[in-house]
Amino acid sequence: MGVTDIEAVGPASRIRPRGPLEARLRHGREAAIHGVLFLCAFVSIFTTLAIIATLLEETIGFFGEVSIIDFLTDTKWIPGLGGGPGGLEPHFGILPLLSGTLLVAAGAAVVALPVGLLTAIFLSEYAPEWLRGIVKPILEVLAGIPTVVLGFFALTFVSEDIIKVLFPETKIFNAASAAIVVGIMIIPMVSSLSEDAMSAVPRSLREGAYALGATKLEVALRVVVPAALSGIVASFILAISRAIGETMIVTLAAGATPNLTWNPLDSIQTMTAYIVQVSLGETAQGSLGFRTIFAVGMTLFVMTLTLNVISQYLLHRFREVYE
Amino acid sequence: MMHEQLADIVAERFVTRPPELQIDLTPGLQREETILETRGLSVWYGGFQALRDISLAVPGRRITAIIGPSGCGKSTLIRCFNRMNDLIPGFRVEGELLFEGRNIYGRGIDPVDVRRRIGMVFQKPNPFPKSVYENVAFGARVNGYVGKLSEIVERALRRAALWDEVKDKLRQNALALSGGQQQRLCIARALAIEPEVILMDEPCSALDPVATLKIEDLMRELAERYAIVIVTHNMQQAARVADYSAVMMMAEDRAGEMIEFGPTRQVFTTPKEKRTEDYITGRFG
Repeated sequence: MGVTDIEAVGPASRIRPRGPLEARLRHGREAAIHGVLFLCAFVSIFTTLAIIATLLEETIGFFGEVSIIDFLTDTKWIPGLGGGPGGLEPHFGILPLLSGTLLVAAGAAVVALPVGLLTAIFLSEYAPEWLRGIVKPILEVLAGIPTVVLGFFALTFVSEDIIKVLFPETKIFNAASAAIVVGIMIIPMVSSLSEDAMSAVPRSLREGAYALGATKLEVALRVVVPAALSGIVASFILAISRAIGETMIVTLAAGATPNLTWNPLDSIQTMTAYIVQVSLGETAQGSLGFRTIFAVGMTLFVMTLTLNVISQYLLHRFREVYE
Repeated sequence: MMHEQLADIVAERFVTRPPELQIDLTPGLQREETILETRGLSVWYGGFQALRDISLAVPGRRITAIIGPSGCGKSTLIRCFNRMNDLIPGFRVEGELLFEGRNIYGRGIDPVDVRRRIGMVFQKPNPFPKSVYENVAFGARVNGYVGKLSEIVERALRRAALWDEVKDKLRQNALALSGGQQQRLCIARALAIEPEVILMDEPCSALDPVATLKIEDLMRELAERYAIVIVTHNMQQAARVADYSAVMMMAEDRAGEMIEFGPTRQVFTTPKEKRTEDYITGRFG
């Protein structure tokens, strides 16, 4: 068979035989595309590694000057950033920043975990299809509000019009208003991930429970929630991890006072807000004051990484049950 | 050939059964007390009619099989008996379904109460991902039973012929049991709430032949206490276990209809309908 056979079929089905040069070009193009795709994937891995390397380098430098024991046990955080004549002896105890962070995260959890879980139960077990179609997009909008907007909401509404009305002695900057708004921010995360976990519980389990005379509430609380528990707990942990890392709301509303306290009405400073403060200030790069933010950042990184690993482990276990 | 096999199964069974279970089948329907009865029952899912005008009487302490080809509405019918279909959006029912003389689709009847008295076992074993003990105790817990929970659990497991196999692993996760054991656990779970009727929707379709035989033996034992309704696509199974058989077919518009109902022996040996004979002799379905 020759070229004429092919031409007889018509111009649309004309096939040109490919020469060795074209084949080589094709291989080259494939290899180039392969390389570009690999580079794209590598960028994120490289960035992560570079961040860890930078953090580690500066953190090691910091601990060359400050003992790690002092860092973990000292109850005062007075980095002496201004280096002014005040003459306060510098202290590098992470505990006040840690307590501030945990206070906000705990407050946020108190708000978000029950509300988020109940929302998830409602959406997964009770809401009719049309209502779910309305509520879920609204929750997603809530998740998409810029945190700086939420920060102003915390400062000008929650703090001013709620906390200060209930507790007039409170300062305008306080942990409670930040915690409440961070909690509101992470509700969609809890509800959406928990709902995914509950929706993955097979219908047959629900039917089994209904067939034994269980009510809707009993099916939800005694069968669906326990069966989805690892996914629900994973959503809690991810949300708390997100609350710990939240920056803008706490910078705007929680204050800038490193303060070892468990009173939510106090003004505090979180680790993230401290990093912002130093980054925006005039602390000289390379100075001990500047290096503190890497030590604090490292602490933050280790905390959230641990929480994320735990939640991944739980999610993984959860998947195994029904596959 | 199929027909002869089935006739053999039926003949063997009715001859070898102990005398107290030898039923005089012809007047049987009148003599035995009806526990569940449908009168002109029709069911729709949205605009689709799934069942048309089903009238049948389920006797107490007997096994009633519902057989028929796939898609003829067997499962829809059995799921009407404990109002499981209420969970499906668009479900609508007409006609009456009487349980001990009361229409369970009537006004003021709570489906939860119905399900507490009419237990159900499903096609695929569906134990909760909890311990064996908690699975059986579940019904008792949600129904607020008084009495010692461990006794209720043991009694139910013994009745389901599972006690000896699991008595040392009551605290283990039920999902670790074999498929046949899981299904008997689901039966035990249903027995623990002391129902009057047990519905079984193709309870052996996910099981191997040995596990299937165990469940069938168990069904015969349970029929001494409970009314059992079983849906099966397996005609030999109906011939082996059922006292009464209902044959369902799909009509032209795909709605399910009941074409024959009677004592199993009669349905399998001298069916009234040509279509029943065609179906059980394997000419279609």
